[in-house]
Amino acid sequence: MPKTEDLMKTILMVLFGVLFAFGSARAAPLRVVTTTEDLAAIVREIGGPLVEVESLARGSQDPHFLEARPSLMLKASRADLFVQVGLGLEAGWASSVLVGARNPAIQHGASGYLDASRGIQPLDVPSGPVDRSQGDVHPFGNPHYWLDPENGKIIARTIAERLAALRPESAGRIEENRKGFERRLDEAIAGWKKRMAPYEGTPVVTYHNSWAYFARRFGLRVVGYVEPKSGIPPSPAHIQQLIQHMKREKVKVIIIDPYFARSTPDLIARETGARVLVLPPSVGGVEGIRTYFDLFDYLIDQLTMALSKGY
Amino acid sequence: MLRSVFCLIVVLLFHPTVEAQIQQGEGMRPSLQGPNLDISLDGLFAAAYFSEPEHLNFGGHDPNQTGFTLQNLELTLGATVDPYARADAHIIYLIDEEGESILEIEEAYLTTLALPHRLQMIGGQFFTRFGRTNPIHPHAWNFADQPVINNRLLGPDGLRNPGVQLSWLSLLPFYLELIGSIQNAGGETAVSFLSNEEVFPKIFPDLKFEERDVRRFEDLLYMTRIKNSWTPTDTVEVVQGVSGLFGPNAGGEDTYTKVFGFDFYGKWRPLNAVGGFPFVAVQTEVMWSYETSEDPNDNLLDRGVYLQGLWGFTRRWVAGARVDYVNGGDDADPLRDRRWRLSPNLTFYPSEFSKWRLQYNVDRAEHLDDKPLHAVFLQFEFLIGSHGAHQF
Repeated sequence: MPKTEDLMKTILMVLFGVLFAFGSARAAPLRVVTTTEDLAAIVREIGGPLVEVESLARGSQDPHFLEARPSLMLKASRADLFVQVGLGLEAGWASSVLVGARNPAIQHGASGYLDASRGIQPLDVPSGPVDRSQGDVHPFGNPHYWLDPENGKIIARTIAERLAALRPESAGRIEENRKGFERRLDEAIAGWKKRMAPYEGTPVVTYHNSWAYFARRFGLRVVGYVEPKSGIPPSPAHIQQLIQHMKREKVKVIIIDPYFARSTPDLIARETGARVLVLPPSVGGVEGIRTYFDLFDYLIDQLTMALSKGY
Repeated sequence: MLRSVFCLIVVLLFHPTVEAQIQQGEGMRPSLQGPNLDISLDGLFAAAYFSEPEHLNFGGHDPNQTGFTLQNLELTLGATVDPYARADAHIIYLIDEEGESILEIEEAYLTTLALPHRLQMIGGQFFTRFGRTNPIHPHAWNFADQPVINNRLLGPDGLRNPGVQLSWLSLLPFYLELIGSIQNAGGETAVSFLSNEEVFPKIFPDLKFEERDVRRFEDLLYMTRIKNSWTPTDTVEVVQGVSGLFGPNAGGEDTYTKVFGFDFYGKWRPLNAVGGFPFVAVQTEVMWSYETSEDPNDNLLDRGVYLQGLWGFTRRWVAGARVDYVNGGDDADPLRDRRWRLSPNLTFYPSEFSKWRLQYNVDRAEHLDDKPLHAVFLQFEFLIGSHGAHQF
């Protein structure tokens, strides 16, 4: 008994002793943890060599459904800045990661906590009462806003402001990077819009309501979803209704995110003569998409290729 | 009392400002972020059939009779208190075998958010963070009932009491967390320790109950735990831990109980999982305890293990199986004899906020001459409101 008791006391003393034993240390560059690869890509554009960035979600993962794993807490524990998409996208796991990270610098309300949806005008904000009979509705609006590159500029501005606040000595360089990013993005947006112009008003169906911002920016018309309600798997009755609706609307493309099962969209495509187009909604979703620009280059390439074939 | 608490639930759930705060996220168990109040109500019910009326499901939240059981109705409240801490409370209602309504303050504790050097303190009434299953609320269990070894060593309601816990996430490049806690050793939720006059004789019928006052630090309950996690690949994460408990027991003036445990949890989930599916998860806990008594000949040694596997084979469906083995070395005592149990089950999740579970148990206990006992459970759960994510 005394040996066990002594061991336990020793461990407890070590734990309490750590509270007072360590001095604080802050190392440059700024360590940034983002919830998604898209935010990480924009932080890299703005921060350049001033930051070390890591995303908690991989680009090929559905960011709604991560788990609050210890490995994510460990990454967040070392961060100087935590950036999330917000609008409920990470509602199931980000708060628990923050609590588990035990890093006061990045808790809600701290200067190292940033919700990138600040400044975004969200789409699909419910106008009436919301409950779960409507599926997984986001009461604050659709969180897939990074898929509009114009929103990319707002995100960049939000991130730049915070990076500058955390590294005031580098504020000039950060602002320069932001302006450069915005200029390049403006040029790219003009090119992407030009390529998509012939397809203005083309009706499409998407699996989940994750392409609303992209469709609005590039003139596509989303006329239906494979999911009957957000987050709810399709039922046979809904599939039949959707097939009839697609035939009426002459829909030729069904856009699905890479993590959704293809079986139902393939069935619908066979019945309607449409084509299933798997599009990654995030940087890193497909090999070779390393930057925010790469993402839209890829999406526009794939879409124009599919639409030009007249599917 | 119950009536007033239920009135509070109704007011909180349907108050317009609270309703507006309910997060309808697409993630699992959404959690409201910010200073608003998370509030949820979880109902867990079971229909059960036991082949013998004298069944072996002794857990406080297990299905407890042929017929229907309200396993728990859990009201959860949680919010950040200020920039320095958050608070969580889990208040449980259940109806026991005699039809009595029971109210339990399962947990109510403060968690610090602002301690330096990766330290975190919990204070209040909380589940002792011993092993994997003990701190998990019944509605988040992967099976309809409690593992047998948890029931025997940590009690039918799990080991929990008022106290304080300090944990430290190490500076090492991998996840290593040291946890230590001090809690009261008495009461009905500390059955292997000081317990109380009503519960202790049921657990240790051969020992005399000795009322002990708390006079010194050694009369409290101490827990230490080392938890490690590693990620061999992007799709696999493993969590393992060793835990130790030390505290006085009510078997004499200077008697004590030690409990040790090892736990392992590994989960595979591909990066392209939809809604968290598919996945494979394996979990095991090994525990053993040593209880001293006034007469060294009456010292007790208990041990046991469970091993479980879960396979989320397609979206919304999970198949599982668990094997329990315990042995306390007393062939006549239902709480200390050798016992085996096998529990396959199948769970369907219509959404992240409800489930249906079918489970079969076959039990062989030494005090019943290893005659098999059978049980079938159909469990269902609903969750309304905003409820924080569960432990990985």
